[in-house]
Amino acid sequence: MAYLLIIISAVFVNNIVLSQFLGICPFLGVSKKVNTAIGMSGAVMFVLVLATMVTYILNKYVLVPLNIEFLQTISFILIIASLVQMVEIVLKKVSHALYEALGVFLPLITTNCCVLGVSMMALDLPSKYSFVEESSLSLAIVFAFANALAFGLALVVFAGIREQIQITDVPKRLQGTPISLIAAGLLALAFMGFSGLV
Amino acid sequence: MQNQVQQNKNNMANISNLTRGIIKENPIFSLLLGMCPTLGVTTSGTNGLGMGLATMFVLIMSNIVISLVKNIIPDKVRIPAFIVIIATFVTIIQLLMEAYVPALFEQLGLYIPLIVVNCIILGRAESFASKNGVVDSLFDGIGMGLGFTLALTLLGLVREMLGAGTIFGWNFLGMEDPKTMLVFILPPGAFLVLAYLIALIKKNN
Repeated sequence: MAYLLIIISAVFVNNIVLSQFLGICPFLGVSKKVNTAIGMSGAVMFVLVLATMVTYILNKYVLVPLNIEFLQTISFILIIASLVQMVEIVLKKVSHALYEALGVFLPLITTNCCVLGVSMMALDLPSKYSFVEESSLSLAIVFAFANALAFGLALVVFAGIREQIQITDVPKRLQGTPISLIAAGLLALAFMGFSGLV
Repeated sequence: MQNQVQQNKNNMANISNLTRGIIKENPIFSLLLGMCPTLGVTTSGTNGLGMGLATMFVLIMSNIVISLVKNIIPDKVRIPAFIVIIATFVTIIQLLMEAYVPALFEQLGLYIPLIVVNCIILGRAESFASKNGVVDSLFDGIGMGLGFTLALTLLGLVREMLGAGTIFGWNFLGMEDPKTMLVFILPPGAFLVLAYLIALIKKNN
């Protein structure tokens, strides 16, 4: 039950992009076409789940026992950066088709704040959700998966909207970034309708 | 005489390094970098200012250190090396803020460690500090930091005025219970206010 609630809450109620503003850069940067948006979402899901798993284990079995939690920021970002590099190398060897599809997006993910943000939030789930009593690795992984879904949903829906905007007549001053931001604002407004669901 | 001319030239270069980031290449309004903290923390002018100053500290310090060590770092591992330097200063500011401004630290929360992945800092390290001297990098850091702080404070103030009816916490309307547009301090308001600010600034350029 807790797993389901986490997924609903992360995807609809506290959407990582539209209500917590993590991962805005790729949200605005790679959302011009639905196809690239799907590719990016896939790459983010892959890295996000893997990174959360590794950082959770590192925090629980290395940082906390040694009492050096203040090194979280440095160690997590290093892990994410090297993980991304590793995933890129492994994908290139193992599955070339997948590498072709996700490859160009992978380097961008290092500086995607939703990866670092989610891996940090996953350490302390009880403070975020009242129905979670104790944090555990499986909950952290489900949390990462749910947030990756949320990121994907927001990105793909937004890319669909932007494809429509391209064929409309936008006032001159609002062309480009402003109209995209307004569309994102309206999308965030729509997602606010889910608040109170969980 | 020649020294004088040289010095004037240096001063001019410093000034242009300083002002470039504030107006012409403002990281937010024209380069669109570092959007996550921009939208996430600007629910009030104070939050915007605090986040801007914290980012500015990291930007200046990392610019200085990176321009000092740029010749030692091998080209292939330069990005991870930059990230480690940046993360070090982020940890320093994180601990300092927790100790001296705990209320603001609590408000900004997760966004403070996330300064590490702020594209502005890595962007300046890669495109400016790794190619220029210490003094130039220092002024570039101050300029870009000021531009970022100004943009964040402006965005925070507009949202605070429309959404809560206050300026830096001061109730400028003088009413007991002003009827404000709450949506502006909620997430959608961040997108809308930024969209119109960018449109306004575009018009004036």
